[in-house]
Amino acid sequence: MTSIPLGAPLAAPRHSKKTRTKVQQVITTGVVVTGACMLLVPLIWMIRTSLMSPGQIFLLPMRWLPDPVRWANYREAVTEIAFWTYFKNSLRIAMLTVVGSALSSSLVAYAFARLRAPDKDVLFMIVLGTMMLPGEVTMIPSFLLFRALRWVGTILPLVVPSYLGGGAFFIFLLRQFFSTIPLELDDAAKMDGAGLLRIYWDLILPLSKPALATVGIFSFFWSWNEFLGPLIYLDSMEQWTLPLGLKIFAGAGVYAQAKWHLLMAASLLAMLPSVIFFFFAQRTFVRGIVLTGLKG
Amino acid sequence: MQASQDVIAPAGVVSPSLLAAGRRRRRGSLERQEAIAFHVFASPWIIGFLVFTLFPLVASLYLSFSKYELITPPTWSGLSNYRMLLRDPLIRQALKVTTIYSVGSVTLGVVLAFLVALLMNQKVKGVYVWRTIYYIPSTLSGVPVALLWAWIFNPNFGILNAAVGLVGIKGPNWLGSSDWVVSAFILMSLWGIGGSMVIFLAGLQGIPDHLYEAASLDGAGVLRKFCHVTVPMVSPVILFNLVMGVIGAFRTFTAGYVMTDGGPANASLFYVLYLYRRAFRMFDMGYACSMAWVLFAIIMVLTFIIFRTSSFWVYYEAVSGK
Repeated sequence: MTSIPLGAPLAAPRHSKKTRTKVQQVITTGVVVTGACMLLVPLIWMIRTSLMSPGQIFLLPMRWLPDPVRWANYREAVTEIAFWTYFKNSLRIAMLTVVGSALSSSLVAYAFARLRAPDKDVLFMIVLGTMMLPGEVTMIPSFLLFRALRWVGTILPLVVPSYLGGGAFFIFLLRQFFSTIPLELDDAAKMDGAGLLRIYWDLILPLSKPALATVGIFSFFWSWNEFLGPLIYLDSMEQWTLPLGLKIFAGAGVYAQAKWHLLMAASLLAMLPSVIFFFFAQRTFVRGIVLTGLKG
Repeated sequence: MQASQDVIAPAGVVSPSLLAAGRRRRRGSLERQEAIAFHVFASPWIIGFLVFTLFPLVASLYLSFSKYELITPPTWSGLSNYRMLLRDPLIRQALKVTTIYSVGSVTLGVVLAFLVALLMNQKVKGVYVWRTIYYIPSTLSGVPVALLWAWIFNPNFGILNAAVGLVGIKGPNWLGSSDWVVSAFILMSLWGIGGSMVIFLAGLQGIPDHLYEAASLDGAGVLRKFCHVTVPMVSPVILFNLVMGVIGAFRTFTAGYVMTDGGPANASLFYVLYLYRRAFRMFDMGYACSMAWVLFAIIMVLTFIIFRTSSFWVYYEAVSGK
């Protein structure tokens, strides 16, 4: 780089530079804190609403804080919205999806990372290609296929695909991770008479726990937050997932005087697993994002 | 499992490689065994790809050229869906809404995420806490978030207009006004910049210090270092966030469905929302498939354009240098 100093002093006086960095630091901190507060306001607003009585919410001028704090909203919310039914349904689908994605994507990733075949590179290009394909293109024929199988109205369309490959992103992520495990370990295991399945299960998987955790967390989040799939495939109330149940409870019009105190309480509860998961697995999560560019 | 069977089976298969002599035969059959094992291990994906991607893809393409409304079998109708699409005013509206939203949310989102990442890369007290706070909203998504924002945008009792009111401005009826509804969605999307921020941060931290030192020695100030070191070095990340952002924005559905259902007067009719309506409310499957292919084409073209122009502004040494 050959940049010509445009009259910049080569060495600024020491003390002024120090105060300048100090001032700079204060400004930076100020901006960071302001931004953080702004980002937290929606959540605080949510908590505030979830603890208010319905009458208080619609008072003008606005009451900023709940007075008295109404914890009963949460009890009311979970009974009026059939919360635990939806919660159980969501959890069941999410758990099944996590197991399916982790198992099948790791199996496939093992093949791509460790085994040789003439058509491997072509197949891997296809894996990468499907990452670019928006799901909307295949949505309708998939629906028709599941309808022909009589799977509409069951959780199968939401769960079964995760057992068949589990998503190109996960295959890609795990393949990258498996490739970092030294091949010598495989060779040593082969000397000891281990077959490919043994190597995969007893060697590669235990060494890949962080990557598997990333896959698990992401597939949990996606499944937990998924809306379009359940909307298309689940038609009876007993099967609805949390997002679906919340939307139906909110009703058609957001302009209507909805029961915001209950909606906010239930929405907070619905977000809770994500937040808890995030705090337990923050490192894994952030690494996953950086590795693949996926967002929550 | 089937694996053992499949691995034994090829011994009996006659193939040219097996006819070769001695050691070569052994090696050839070992290679074949490995190839078969590969296909066995990859079979979940291969089956899944054939059943849930390739077949729907082909079927979708076929349906996009046919009339199919579920009751009677699909009939070939040539280009009529696509011709109808060109004349459909709602398609034009959906494309307009989605384009404005995408341009707004992606540009603002990428710029803000970059700025925040720059801040987070400074020496700030408790930087990990701040990073977490900036990041948390992006981990939340879907219906609860959409409901929360619908409530925030409430014209009379929502916090946004209350805050705006504090400085003496009367806020608009965000979601109820054709003029403001897309802006409201853009504003909401900015809550989730944390994901891009983390990616930018990783990019910033990957810039080797010696580049800055060299720039300093050449007498470069903060601004010059930013323009000639930081920006070129993270330009691949900018490209990545742009592409992912555009793809994501064009596929917006849940927020639109939950918060406005396309209203008022189709002012927030996102493309996928309209596609969903056509497919699952009007059961116009053929037309919806042609819409899906148009969406796919748009995404491909946009990605292509971004990549094509990238040779002018992305510094690829930064990529290979990693």
